[in-house]
Amino acid sequence: MKTFKIIGLLALMVLLGAFSGRMITDEAGYGIGDNATDFSLKNIDGAMVSLSDYKDAKGFLVIFTCNTCPYAVAYEDRIIALDKKYKTQGVPVIAINPNNPAVQPRDGFEAMKKRAAEKGFTFPYLLDEGQKIYPQYGATRTPHIYLLEKTASGNVVKYIGAIDDNYQDASKVEDKFVENAVDAMLAGEEIKRTTTKAIGCTIKV
Amino acid sequence: MVRSILIVSISFFLIVGCGSKEKKATAENKDVEMEVATNTQTSDVIFPVYDFEGFKPLLNKEDDKTYIINFWATWCKPCIEELPYFEQVNAEQSDNGVEVILVSLDMPSMWKSRLEPFVEKKGLKSTVVILDDPKQNDWIPKVAEEWGGGIPATLIYNKDSRSFYEQGFTYEELNTALNKFIK
Repeated sequence: MKTFKIIGLLALMVLLGAFSGRMITDEAGYGIGDNATDFSLKNIDGAMVSLSDYKDAKGFLVIFTCNTCPYAVAYEDRIIALDKKYKTQGVPVIAINPNNPAVQPRDGFEAMKKRAAEKGFTFPYLLDEGQKIYPQYGATRTPHIYLLEKTASGNVVKYIGAIDDNYQDASKVEDKFVENAVDAMLAGEEIKRTTTKAIGCTIKV
Repeated sequence: MVRSILIVSISFFLIVGCGSKEKKATAENKDVEMEVATNTQTSDVIFPVYDFEGFKPLLNKEDDKTYIINFWATWCKPCIEELPYFEQVNAEQSDNGVEVILVSLDMPSMWKSRLEPFVEKKGLKSTVVILDDPKQNDWIPKVAEEWGGGIPATLIYNKDSRSFYEQGFTYEELNTALNKFIK
């Protein structure tokens, strides 16, 4: 009798906790100038990856992306190009898949490995297991880019938004939002455009 | 006592279960197979295709109707889930001067392969148009300053007022939102 009572109460508490936790985190999210959280997430090679692993980095391109969103797919080659261009300058790409594989099976860990191998990803591709990191950043869609600058007081958010102004055709891009932001950051200049908007796929939780 | 706790727990399971069900895949929402490099064959698409300049008049009609402008795409699960409610409202409220316009944001490679078959299969009666303008950062704020770019998103307007919703709707919620516009 008593055991049942305790089990029932525990189940209730767990459910309430899970429920209210989601409600709160949905509202959160970073603005420009905020300190971004570090994380420890599993990479497709099985290793855990944190921002703090990158001792020599000057910053990071944290990109929430996935296998299944047409917009994310359209940007895959450009994400690889960003990593190749900026890793050597101290700003590597860290890709995070925020989708819940239970809801979107083609964004599962094995599918991530396969996609990364097919495309030859040059950067870590991490699974946001339990969907805990993306709400803290405030990512709402894929792809969603956060440029962070490593400072003495933490990783500061410098840019939030889209990669560029033409998802359909890389050759018709007129404004390379992310590249402009990284270049300005590395040059110690002011970033002219710190947030941009784009259509994207809602994150599947 | 045990029973009441069990009932409470079960009802919580049910509530949480229903919440997540909304987000689960349904049979028609198959995963998107994206062929970025596919030849698009878009010339004979059966829906009007607009860039934002061409599309803008649909957001600013000055007649006596109330317009429900729903931004969606075939690859967007929550969009597909709410489409039946827009169809129902379009049918029920047309005598009240309400018109639903479904604005597809599908990519050119999907117009013939996915969008047309989808609209046909579902027998959609509402007007369907395609908004094809890659300069999203320019036009998203012109639809609504507060729009972050997520879909589904819906604009309801008439010549007197307008409201923007970056969210999915249930049938009830859509009617509640619409009731502010129709007399």
